[in-house]
Amino acid sequence: MYKVRMVRREHNSMWVEVIVPIMSIILAVAFGWLFLSWSGHDAAATYMRMLNGAIGSKYNLSETVVKAIPLMLAGLAVSLAFRMKLWNIGGEGQLYMGAFAASGIALACGDMSAWLLLPLMLLAGFAAGAIWGGIPGVLRAYWQVNETITTLMLNYVAIFWVSYLVFGPWKDPASMGFPLSARFSLNAYLPVLGTTRVHLGLIIAIIIAVLFYIILNYTRWGYEIRVSGESQEAARYAGINVTRNIILVMLISGGIAGVTGMIEVSGITHRLQQGISPGYGYTGIIVAWLARLNPFAIILVAFLFGALLVGGFGIQTMGISYSIVLILQGAVLFFLLAGEFFRKYRIVLTKGD
Amino acid sequence: MMRFGKLGIMVLVLALMTALVVGCGTADQGDKDAAKDKAEEFKVGFIYIGAPGDAGWTYAHDQGRIYLEEKIPEVKTMTLEYVPEGGDAERSIEQLAQEGCKVIIANSFGYGDPILEVAKRYPDITFLHCSGLKTDTNVSTYFGRIYQARYLSGIVAGSMTKNNKIGYAAAYPIPEVVRGINAFTLGVRSVNPDATVKVVWALTWVDAAKEKAAAESLIDAKCDVLAQHADTPAVQQAAEEAGILSIGYNSDMSKFAPNANLTSPVWNWGPYYVRAIQAVMDGTWKSEEYWGGVEDGIVDLAPISDKVPANVKQLVADKKADIIDGKWDVFTGPVKDQSGAVKVPEAQKMTDAEMLSFEWFVEGVEGTIPK
Repeated sequence: MYKVRMVRREHNSMWVEVIVPIMSIILAVAFGWLFLSWSGHDAAATYMRMLNGAIGSKYNLSETVVKAIPLMLAGLAVSLAFRMKLWNIGGEGQLYMGAFAASGIALACGDMSAWLLLPLMLLAGFAAGAIWGGIPGVLRAYWQVNETITTLMLNYVAIFWVSYLVFGPWKDPASMGFPLSARFSLNAYLPVLGTTRVHLGLIIAIIIAVLFYIILNYTRWGYEIRVSGESQEAARYAGINVTRNIILVMLISGGIAGVTGMIEVSGITHRLQQGISPGYGYTGIIVAWLARLNPFAIILVAFLFGALLVGGFGIQTMGISYSIVLILQGAVLFFLLAGEFFRKYRIVLTKGD
Repeated sequence: MMRFGKLGIMVLVLALMTALVVGCGTADQGDKDAAKDKAEEFKVGFIYIGAPGDAGWTYAHDQGRIYLEEKIPEVKTMTLEYVPEGGDAERSIEQLAQEGCKVIIANSFGYGDPILEVAKRYPDITFLHCSGLKTDTNVSTYFGRIYQARYLSGIVAGSMTKNNKIGYAAAYPIPEVVRGINAFTLGVRSVNPDATVKVVWALTWVDAAKEKAAAESLIDAKCDVLAQHADTPAVQQAAEEAGILSIGYNSDMSKFAPNANLTSPVWNWGPYYVRAIQAVMDGTWKSEEYWGGVEDGIVDLAPISDKVPANVKQLVADKKADIIDGKWDVFTGPVKDQSGAVKVPEAQKMTDAEMLSFEWFVEGVEGTIPK
């Protein structure tokens, strides 16, 4: 008799760290390959098209980056809270609040010079997101209210708040009743790179990643966050003000999610509308975990994720239905997350009872 | 104790992989000849807000796409489903342009900004934007007067209700939906002045669960005929389960509720697509704001159930003939609002602009438009 046991890996060699994700992707492609062949599609051509759609031309590459920017920011936003084991599932709502506040500034002060208007919008987006993250933070810090639930619930409040605005008071009179705010003035547009849609949000994301890296690795506060994440008891014993840190981390986490909303309205849609985010706040959670909460890895993983989404979506024109696109994309995620398991554990067969 | 070496597992998996790749790779040859006639193809791309499988809005458009391919053999179509109205739309429209589409058709109002953006970059491509607001030299908007078919379906509902309570599961409080509710209600009350139409907002364009919940709240309110401005057949199914009657929308929904469904106001986009694409091919196409009615066949009523008496069917046919002849249209005065105030005086017709910005309910509607 053999028994299967999972044993936690104590130390991972570089080999495991690198080979597991690569194997995961290979297996995902193999699975997709089988599925495509079985459903009567040309698998090789499909994967080539996917790759081409993601990075095959300057335009496609730029669009992958456009898709990746909000994923970078949303991933960074939640990663800070996750470092402290605060489960901020509210990135989506914080994003919507940021989009709301930034749009409010853009609609009210459209005549202002861009040099003043854009920083103001950024600040407003950050502040609104920070408040939306801070409320669950305060509830958690003082009364132990479970932040997973409060952040999740506040998502719906924020999304419906934006719906209320675009169906009601902020509806563009020129839109014949369609739920859109008025278009922003050009001063409220984030600068873009050349003729592409790649906007300043990319730089903002990279700056935040660098800041996070420095804070987490080289400052006392970063050390406090990491220790509090490992054990709040130990942190308190060591004289760390955990209550203050919970609130601070939730404020910043929410604030950066709010910035994500700001850059989407200012850089992409140029008006407030429903569906500003197709779930970036949630996808950011996956990005953050796949990147193991490392700020630079988040930038990279967000880019790869953007490539998967953009490249995958486009293969529909080969006559492949959207459901199959979702299966192919889902397979990649599934195998990557399953790979995480094998990175942490090894399978051991034991003989006897 | 025995442990698989890491290497052992890797070798096993790699061997498996190689077998798969080699096994499948050989099958994917051929079809090279098909590329030859590509030069003659006239590519038309479709941007869909949903998927054809929903039996609703996108399904109706996809029927139009199939009709187009049948009628003009040179046309080859490609589609992108579930294109969100936010940041992703521009990339999707651009992709169709880059893949050589000569005409690009988009079926939701939220694609307006991205269409105009891409249209500027591709002056030689023609864009058709359903329910859109803005045109350009190479961008047309198109829509149909579905309110006419809704009025006709209202005649059926008003004749068939027993307790004079009719329910209406509506998508979003925007003029298009409000116009449909008003037309339906006028139809109901043209044959049954005592009946009222109770409106519940589902606040979704396509979500079977929410649509069903809206239908159930109307059933709880004792409505015995349900109508819908929603994409899925969920309202029809709820009516079927409750043993009451229903009016569908978008396509003939009778197969989803054979006992409940009386008829459905339906879209028939095919003939419009054929006309527009033929005009582009002939070089006679001009930008326009198209808003056709039953006279063009772009909107119609699905076959009426046998449960409906012949005299009602005759009445519907007569009204339809009046609309086609241009003798009469739905919003011809006197039309009163919910407070009883006359909004459209006797013998006057509402203008298109007024109908396109409808923000009030007619007398007989129970419900409010959230402001």
